[in-house]
Amino acid sequence: MRKITYGEAIREAIDQSMEDDPSVFVIGEGVPDIKSVFGTTKGLAEKYGNRVMDMPLSENGMSGVCIGAALMGMRPIMVHLRLDFLLLAFDQIVNNAAKWHYMFGGKANVPLVFRAIIGMGWGQGAQHSQNLQAIFAHIPGLKVVMPATPYDAKGLLISSIRDNNPVVFIEHRWLYNTWGHVPEELYAVPIGKAKMVSSGKDLTIVSTSYMTAETLKAINVLEKYGISAEVIDLRTLKPLDDTLIINSIKKTGKLLAIDSGYYTNGFAGEIITRVSEKAFEFLNAAPQRITLPDIPTPSTPALARYYYPRHINIIQKVCEMLGKPSNEVEKLLESERKKDPKHLDVPDESFSGPF
Amino acid sequence: MGVVHGDISGKGANAGFLIDSYKNMLLIRRVEEKIAELYSEREMRCPVHLSIGQEAVAVGVCMNLSKEDTVFSNHRAHSHYIAKGGDINRMLAELYGKAEGCSKGRGGSMHLIDLSANFIGATPIVGGTIPLTAGSALASKFQNKNNVSVAFFGDSAVEEGVFSETVNFSSLHKLNVLFICENNLYSVLTPLKDRQPQREIFKIAQGHDILACQADGNDVLKVCEAAKEALRHIKSGKGPVLIECMTYRWLEHCGPNDDVNLGYRTEEEVIEWKKKDPIKMLKEKMIKEKIIGNDLLEKIELEILDKVNNAVKFAKNSPFPEKESLSKHVYAE
Ligand SMILES: Cc1ncc(C[n+]2csc(CCOP(=O)(O)OP(=O)(O)O)c2C)c(N)n1
Repeated sequence: MRKITYGEAIREAIDQSMEDDPSVFVIGEGVPDIKSVFGTTKGLAEKYGNRVMDMPLSENGMSGVCIGAALMGMRPIMVHLRLDFLLLAFDQIVNNAAKWHYMFGGKANVPLVFRAIIGMGWGQGAQHSQNLQAIFAHIPGLKVVMPATPYDAKGLLISSIRDNNPVVFIEHRWLYNTWGHVPEELYAVPIGKAKMVSSGKDLTIVSTSYMTAETLKAINVLEKYGISAEVIDLRTLKPLDDTLIINSIKKTGKLLAIDSGYYTNGFAGEIITRVSEKAFEFLNAAPQRITLPDIPTPSTPALARYYYPRHINIIQKVCEMLGKPSNEVEKLLESERKKDPKHLDVPDESFSGPF
Repeated sequence: MGVVHGDISGKGANAGFLIDSYKNMLLIRRVEEKIAELYSEREMRCPVHLSIGQEAVAVGVCMNLSKEDTVFSNHRAHSHYIAKGGDINRMLAELYGKAEGCSKGRGGSMHLIDLSANFIGATPIVGGTIPLTAGSALASKFQNKNNVSVAFFGDSAVEEGVFSETVNFSSLHKLNVLFICENNLYSVLTPLKDRQPQREIFKIAQGHDILACQADGNDVLKVCEAAKEALRHIKSGKGPVLIECMTYRWLEHCGPNDDVNLGYRTEEEVIEWKKKDPIKMLKEKMIKEKIIGNDLLEKIELEILDKVNNAVKFAKNSPFPEKESLSKHVYAE
């Protein structure tokens, strides 16, 4: 099977959806330019002409424009280079897009995709690297999708475009250069279905997006140490598919929920709540979570280093949960730390932006 | 409402004033050239938006301000910060993510502050600080102060709702706000013509019934004249003013490099604008009018070189913030 990157998978999903359905159009700052949103809209302007649009820096107004177009039969894909910029459009997204179908008794609907990218690293700081998925998942009427692999990125974006509801499609900048198998044809990955990416018996780890990549790195190490973790990649935050999680908990009895958002009222808390509600009797230890601390992103790499949870934190937490002797755990962590690259604020040393 | 006409010839400006303007612009230029030079060491680990080519706007405006006047700015803030008298040692330390940086390493290049110079803050969400400027002016009104609050922003910021909302409110209450739009014709790679109809930006402000004009943003004297006139108007209680300064960014949107290879603007266009280098133009004028000679020019260069080198040394020698301080400053005490 062919392998392409996460970014290319997104580009292909848009391209094929536009070919498939003339009501699809793409709009956003820099969408038709040479950098084409980190390559994800590359070549589309040449192919589809005015269905590929740049826009003024008017996130709120333009979101409303897209909602209006969606009400009248179009299927807009609105692109934001940072998830943070969606905050300017919060009114239109929350008050109009999310509620329109319900407020009018199901008489109209808003098929609209908001693509938004989470930034990370290179000192971008407090206003350019927020993980706000939980805020969007809080709102009835919105669907929230966060793919972790190229395969899911393509299939879920196609489903999001076809969906008759507003979908906040959240990408992570550090996944853009990851590779994976992606079929060439148009295919859909259903929204609202989690995926088991690794089966195991000692505990259940639930994660999403970039944190799934960190989790997979962690379980590779844990496996060598004799720990078998079951990993579930959520893929969709809302609507949330908890069956897979509940079934897994029945088997393992332990839950670690991992989210790239803040600690308080974050999505990891929601996972723990669901499990506590629905599978309390199967739990044999208190559920745990790994999240960002309740602190804005610091710019300096000297602090960002300790701000972002990484595979090492996951290894540590899992070992704690399974009661591994602390001296052994410390040895394991020490050997992992030795493998750390000098800088943690870039996905790899060759990476020089654009961020 | 009329248009402010700057004194094209700049006559009446005294020699000391011209030399100071020159020094300030040159300081900004040399600081940013140094940043560009050192950026490839990958020790300044934050995005930098350089204002090389646009120095006359910051300097022409700030030369007229007093210390009490407040300034707010955006992602491209180095020039505004320096022109308002911000500490360059602390600015450089901030770019290096150091504990002695102006934001203690929390902010990086896109979050500058120097309260001792009344540079109240610069942030990178486009348009984000424009309403704060009106808030600062509202506070002055409550506090019976007649200082002025200045907002620096780019041509794309006027596309955000907060711009119109703020101009409307400022006009309504005749607040002491000076809006400075730095029109460098592009937002990242997107030209103005793909974002706005072919009307001048200052006319939007006129629609809110405030005094507004356009100025040659590469001619520091013209910016200065316009700003002086604007401040007189504002301080006499006649309400806010907007000046649209036409200028041009020489380097890439974000980062230290040239970007003609990207093809979104032509090499000819860049060359044409570089001929209108604000610093070179002022220097030639001063030489022609025998205001300055080689000796003094050289002395200024050396003084500035010294300042810049010291700032880099300060920044590099400053310690990084301690790990334990990560959670500090989330809440005020
Ligand atoms: C609300 C928001 N949308 C998008 C961006 C991304 N962005 C950063 S700077 C910039 C262009 C700003 O152009 P302009 O205001 O004209 O200032 P210039 O960069 O030309 O100085 C954009 C689109 C942002 N920072 N904030």
